[in-house]
Amino acid sequence: MKARVFVTLKNGVLDPQGKAIGHALNNLGFEAVGEVRQGKLIDIELADKDESRARTSLKEMCEKLLANTVIEKYEIELKP
Amino acid sequence: MKSAVIVFPASNRDRDTAEVLEKVIGKKPHMVWHADSEMPNVDLIVIPGGFSYGDYLRCGAMAAQSHIMRDVIAKANKGVAVLGICNGFQILTESRLLPGALMRNAGLKFVSKPVPVEVEETQSMFTRRYKKKQRVVYPVAHGEGNYFADEDTLDRLEGEGRVVFRYAGGENPNGSARDIAGVLNEKRNVMGLMPHPECACDPLLGPPDGLGLFEGLVEALS
Repeated sequence: MKARVFVTLKNGVLDPQGKAIGHALNNLGFEAVGEVRQGKLIDIELADKDESRARTSLKEMCEKLLANTVIEKYEIELKP
Repeated sequence: MKSAVIVFPASNRDRDTAEVLEKVIGKKPHMVWHADSEMPNVDLIVIPGGFSYGDYLRCGAMAAQSHIMRDVIAKANKGVAVLGICNGFQILTESRLLPGALMRNAGLKFVSKPVPVEVEETQSMFTRRYKKKQRVVYPVAHGEGNYFADEDTLDRLEGEGRVVFRYAGGENPNGSARDIAGVLNEKRNVMGLMPHPECACDPLLGPPDGLGLFEGLVEALS
Protein backbone atom coordinates (compact mmCIF):
# COMPACT_ATOMS: atom_id res chain seq x y z
CA MET A 1 0.00 0.00 0.00
CA LYS A 2 1.18 3.51 -0.67
CA ALA A 3 0.53 6.51 1.47
CA ARG A 4 0.96 10.20 0.86
CA VAL A 5 1.27 12.50 3.85
CA PHE A 6 0.82 16.26 3.55
CA VAL A 7 2.31 18.36 6.33
CA THR A 8 1.36 22.03 6.38
CA LEU A 9 1.53 24.87 8.84
CA LYS A 10 -1.56 25.38 10.98
CA ASN A 11 -3.80 28.28 10.11
CA GLY A 12 -2.60 31.41 11.84
CA VAL A 13 1.05 30.29 11.94
CA LEU A 14 3.12 32.74 9.94
CA ASP A 15 4.70 31.20 6.84
CA PRO A 16 7.50 33.51 5.67
CA GLN A 17 8.52 31.09 2.90
CA GLY A 18 4.98 31.00 1.53
CA LYS A 19 4.93 34.79 1.62
CA ALA A 20 8.20 35.03 -0.30
CA ILE A 21 6.89 32.60 -2.92
CA GLY A 22 3.71 34.70 -3.24
CA HIS A 23 5.74 37.88 -3.76
CA ALA A 24 7.88 36.16 -6.37
CA LEU A 25 4.79 34.98 -8.25
CA ASN A 26 3.36 38.51 -8.15
CA ASN A 27 6.66 39.85 -9.50
CA LEU A 28 6.50 37.33 -12.35
CA GLY A 29 3.23 38.93 -13.38
CA PHE A 30 0.81 36.48 -11.78
CA GLU A 31 -1.26 39.28 -10.34
CA ALA A 32 -4.15 37.04 -9.32
CA VAL A 33 -1.99 35.27 -6.73
CA GLY A 34 -3.15 35.95 -3.18
CA GLU A 35 -1.91 34.18 -0.07
CA VAL A 36 0.53 31.30 -0.61
CA ARG A 37 1.24 28.64 2.01
CA GLN A 38 3.84 25.95 1.49
CA GLY A 39 4.28 22.56 3.10
CA LYS A 40 5.78 19.11 2.73
CA LEU A 41 4.68 16.00 0.89
CA ILE A 42 5.99 12.64 2.08
CA ASP A 43 5.42 9.39 0.14
CA ILE A 44 5.55 6.21 2.18
CA GLU A 45 5.42 2.58 1.05
CA LEU A 46 3.75 0.31 3.56
CA ALA A 47 3.84 -3.48 3.87
CA ASP A 48 0.48 -3.26 5.63
CA LYS A 49 -2.50 -4.42 3.56
CA ASP A 50 -5.24 -3.51 5.99
CA GLU A 51 -6.40 0.04 5.39
CA SER A 52 -7.57 0.93 8.88
CA ARG A 53 -4.44 -0.50 10.46
CA ALA A 54 -2.30 1.46 7.99
CA ARG A 55 -4.20 4.62 8.78
CA THR A 56 -3.70 4.15 12.52
CA SER A 57 0.01 3.59 12.15
CA LEU A 58 0.39 6.56 9.75
CA LYS A 59 -1.39 8.77 12.25
CA GLU A 60 1.08 7.65 14.90
CA MET A 61 3.99 8.39 12.53
CA CYS A 62 2.66 11.90 11.99
CA GLU A 63 2.19 12.58 15.70
CA LYS A 64 5.58 11.16 16.65
CA LEU A 65 7.83 12.41 13.86
CA LEU A 66 6.47 13.61 10.53
CA ALA A 67 4.65 16.68 11.87
CA ASN A 68 5.38 18.98 14.78
CA THR A 69 1.82 19.41 15.97
CA VAL A 70 2.71 22.61 17.83
CA ILE A 71 2.87 24.37 14.46
CA GLU A 72 1.84 21.85 11.82
CA LYS A 73 -1.19 19.83 10.75
CA TYR A 74 -1.23 16.75 8.55
CA GLU A 75 -3.42 14.91 6.08
CA ILE A 76 -3.08 11.26 5.11
CA GLU A 77 -3.99 9.89 1.68
CA LEU A 78 -3.98 6.12 1.08
CA LYS A 79 -3.58 4.44 -2.31
CA PRO A 80 -4.05 0.67 -2.50
CA MET B 1 30.39 18.59 39.53
CA LYS B 2 30.16 16.34 36.48
CA SER B 3 28.92 17.36 33.06
CA ALA B 4 28.24 15.86 29.64
CA VAL B 5 27.90 17.18 26.12
CA ILE B 6 25.82 15.20 23.63
CA VAL B 7 27.40 14.84 20.19
CA PHE B 8 25.16 14.27 17.17
CA PRO B 9 26.26 13.89 13.57
CA ALA B 10 26.77 17.55 12.49
CA SER B 11 26.89 19.03 15.97
CA ASN B 12 29.42 21.84 15.58
CA ARG B 13 29.53 23.77 18.87
CA ASP B 14 30.19 20.69 20.97
CA ARG B 15 33.88 21.47 21.38
CA ASP B 16 33.31 25.16 22.17
CA THR B 17 30.92 24.00 24.89
CA ALA B 18 33.36 21.37 26.18
CA GLU B 19 36.12 23.95 26.39
CA VAL B 20 34.01 26.35 28.48
CA LEU B 21 32.81 23.55 30.76
CA GLU B 22 36.38 22.43 31.37
CA LYS B 23 37.42 26.00 32.10
CA VAL B 24 34.70 26.66 34.69
CA ILE B 25 34.43 23.18 36.24
CA GLY B 26 38.11 22.23 36.07
CA LYS B 27 37.20 18.83 34.62
CA LYS B 28 36.56 17.70 31.07
CA PRO B 29 32.91 16.89 30.33
CA HIS B 30 31.89 13.45 29.06
CA MET B 31 31.36 13.62 25.33
CA VAL B 32 28.38 11.34 24.73
CA TRP B 33 27.67 10.00 21.23
CA HIS B 34 24.02 10.14 20.09
CA ALA B 35 23.83 6.39 19.43
CA ASP B 36 24.72 5.50 23.02
CA SER B 37 21.69 4.48 24.99
CA GLU B 38 22.71 5.51 28.47
CA MET B 39 23.93 8.80 29.90
CA PRO B 40 26.77 8.74 32.42
CA ASN B 41 25.80 9.95 35.86
CA VAL B 42 26.19 13.74 35.60
CA ASP B 43 24.80 16.93 37.14
CA LEU B 44 24.55 18.86 33.87
CA ILE B 45 23.75 17.76 30.33
CA VAL B 46 24.41 20.21 27.48
CA ILE B 47 22.89 19.73 24.05
CA PRO B 48 25.10 21.85 21.81
CA GLY B 49 24.54 23.86 18.66
CA GLY B 50 24.97 22.61 15.14
CA PHE B 51 22.85 21.04 12.42
CA SER B 52 22.16 17.58 13.82
CA TYR B 53 21.20 15.11 11.09
CA GLY B 54 21.55 17.89 8.52
CA ASP B 55 18.35 19.55 9.78
CA TYR B 56 16.41 16.88 7.85
CA LEU B 57 12.60 17.04 8.16
CA ARG B 58 12.73 19.84 10.79
CA CYS B 59 15.63 21.19 12.84
CA GLY B 60 16.06 18.88 15.82
CA ALA B 61 13.32 16.44 14.75
CA MET B 62 15.60 13.49 14.03
CA ALA B 63 17.87 14.15 17.02
CA ALA B 64 14.83 14.21 19.31
CA GLN B 65 14.19 10.57 18.32
CA SER B 66 17.79 9.42 18.87
CA HIS B 67 18.69 6.71 21.38
CA ILE B 68 20.43 9.00 23.79
CA MET B 69 17.52 11.45 23.97
CA ARG B 70 15.31 8.82 25.62
CA ASP B 71 17.69 8.77 28.56
CA VAL B 72 18.15 12.55 28.49
CA ILE B 73 14.37 12.94 28.76
CA ALA B 74 14.24 10.44 31.63
CA LYS B 75 17.08 12.25 33.43
CA ALA B 76 15.48 15.65 32.84
CA ASN B 77 12.23 14.39 34.31
CA LYS B 78 14.18 13.29 37.37
CA GLY B 79 15.53 16.82 37.80
CA VAL B 80 18.98 16.70 36.16
CA ALA B 81 19.94 20.10 34.69
CA VAL B 82 19.71 20.23 30.90
CA LEU B 83 20.88 23.16 28.79
CA GLY B 84 20.08 23.32 25.07
CA ILE B 85 21.85 25.90 22.98
CA CYS B 86 20.64 26.82 19.46
CA ASN B 87 20.15 23.41 17.78
CA GLY B 88 20.02 22.08 21.35
CA PHE B 89 17.02 24.37 22.00
CA GLN B 90 15.37 23.06 18.82
CA ILE B 91 15.98 19.48 19.97
CA LEU B 92 14.47 20.24 23.40
CA THR B 93 11.27 21.66 21.86
CA GLU B 94 11.05 18.71 19.43
CA SER B 95 11.44 16.38 22.44
CA ARG B 96 8.66 18.31 24.18
CA LEU B 97 10.91 18.99 27.16
CA LEU B 98 10.28 22.65 26.39
CA PRO B 99 7.08 24.22 25.04
CA GLY B 100 6.75 25.90 21.65
CA ALA B 101 8.64 25.47 18.40
CA LEU B 102 11.43 27.19 16.49
CA MET B 103 10.45 28.19 12.99
CA ARG B 104 12.18 29.67 9.96
CA ASN B 105 13.49 33.19 10.70
CA ALA B 106 10.87 35.76 9.76
CA GLY B 107 13.38 37.48 7.44
CA LEU B 108 14.16 34.10 5.79
CA LYS B 109 17.89 34.72 6.13
CA PHE B 110 20.45 32.89 8.23
CA VAL B 111 21.53 35.42 10.88
CA SER B 112 25.05 35.29 12.29
CA LYS B 113 26.05 38.23 14.50
CA PRO B 114 26.37 39.34 18.11
CA VAL B 115 23.02 40.49 19.51
CA PRO B 116 22.06 42.29 22.71
CA VAL B 117 20.03 40.05 25.00
CA GLU B 118 18.33 40.95 28.27
CA VAL B 119 18.30 38.61 31.25
CA GLU B 120 14.63 38.54 32.09
CA GLU B 121 14.64 36.01 34.89
CA THR B 122 17.36 35.45 37.49
CA GLN B 123 15.50 32.90 39.64
CA SER B 124 17.09 29.98 37.85
CA MET B 125 20.30 28.02 38.18
CA PHE B 126 21.18 29.16 34.67
CA THR B 127 20.97 32.89 35.33
CA ARG B 128 21.58 33.32 39.06
CA ARG B 129 24.87 35.13 38.40
CA TYR B 130 23.18 37.84 36.36
CA LYS B 131 21.15 40.83 37.50
CA LYS B 132 17.53 41.19 36.45
CA LYS B 133 17.31 43.14 33.16
CA GLN B 134 21.10 42.92 32.77
CA ARG B 135 22.00 43.37 29.14
CA VAL B 136 24.56 40.96 27.70
CA VAL B 137 25.82 40.34 24.19
CA TYR B 138 25.75 36.78 22.86
CA PRO B 139 26.33 35.76 19.24
CA VAL B 140 23.48 34.15 17.30
CA ALA B 141 23.98 31.89 14.28
CA HIS B 142 20.79 30.30 13.03
CA GLY B 143 18.26 30.15 10.22
CA GLU B 144 15.43 28.76 12.30
CA GLY B 145 15.24 30.57 15.62
CA ASN B 146 11.82 32.14 15.34
CA TYR B 147 10.21 31.11 18.64
CA PHE B 148 6.54 30.29 18.35
CA ALA B 149 3.96 29.18 20.88
CA ASP B 150 0.23 29.85 21.12
CA GLU B 151 -0.86 32.92 23.07
CA ASP B 152 -1.99 30.93 26.11
CA THR B 153 1.39 29.20 26.36
CA LEU B 154 3.21 32.53 25.98
CA ASP B 155 1.06 34.10 28.72
CA ARG B 156 1.74 31.15 30.99
CA LEU B 157 5.50 31.30 30.35
CA GLU B 158 5.55 35.00 31.18
CA GLY B 159 3.32 34.56 34.24
CA GLU B 160 5.49 31.78 35.67
CA GLY B 161 8.78 33.63 35.09
CA ARG B 162 9.91 31.13 32.49
CA VAL B 163 10.98 33.60 29.81
CA VAL B 164 14.67 33.74 30.72
CA PHE B 165 16.22 35.75 27.90
CA ARG B 166 14.74 38.32 25.54
CA TYR B 167 16.29 40.02 22.51
CA ALA B 168 16.88 43.63 23.51
CA GLY B 169 17.34 47.06 22.02
CA GLY B 170 14.72 46.51 19.33
CA GLU B 171 16.95 43.87 17.72
CA ASN B 172 14.85 40.78 17.27
CA PRO B 173 16.95 38.82 14.78
CA ASN B 174 14.38 36.20 13.83
CA GLY B 175 10.84 37.37 14.53
CA SER B 176 10.46 35.40 17.80
CA ALA B 177 7.16 35.90 19.60
CA ARG B 178 7.50 38.55 22.32
CA ASP B 179 11.26 38.79 21.55
CA ILE B 180 11.81 35.51 23.40
CA ALA B 181 15.38 34.17 23.17
CA GLY B 182 15.29 31.51 25.91
CA VAL B 183 12.77 29.64 28.06
CA LEU B 184 12.64 27.30 31.05
CA ASN B 185 10.55 24.19 31.64
CA GLU B 186 8.03 24.06 34.45
CA LYS B 187 10.45 22.46 36.94
CA ARG B 188 13.10 25.03 35.96
CA ASN B 189 15.82 22.43 35.41
CA VAL B 190 15.69 22.54 31.60
CA MET B 191 16.54 25.67 29.63
CA GLY B 192 16.87 26.33 25.92
CA LEU B 193 18.12 29.45 24.18
CA MET B 194 19.00 30.36 20.60
CA PRO B 195 22.00 32.68 21.27
CA HIS B 196 25.39 31.14 22.07
CA PRO B 197 26.69 32.01 25.56
CA GLU B 198 29.48 29.41 25.08
CA CYS B 199 30.85 31.55 22.24
CA ALA B 200 31.04 34.61 24.49
CA CYS B 201 33.40 33.22 27.11
CA ASP B 202 36.86 34.06 25.82
CA PRO B 203 37.97 37.72 26.21
CA LEU B 204 39.96 37.33 22.99
CA LEU B 205 36.67 37.16 21.10
CA GLY B 206 34.89 40.04 22.84
CA PRO B 207 33.27 40.66 26.22
CA PRO B 208 32.96 37.28 28.02
CA ASP B 209 29.27 37.85 28.82
CA GLY B 210 28.42 34.15 28.57
CA LEU B 211 30.70 33.04 31.40
CA GLY B 212 28.15 34.05 34.06
CA LEU B 213 25.74 31.39 32.82
CA PHE B 214 28.25 28.57 33.20
CA GLU B 215 29.69 29.91 36.46
CA GLY B 216 26.18 30.12 37.88
CA LEU B 217 25.58 26.49 36.96
CA VAL B 218 28.81 25.43 38.65
CA GLU B 219 27.80 27.37 41.75
CA ALA B 220 24.32 25.80 41.79
CA LEU B 221 25.35 22.24 41.00
CA SER B 222 28.64 21.77 42.86
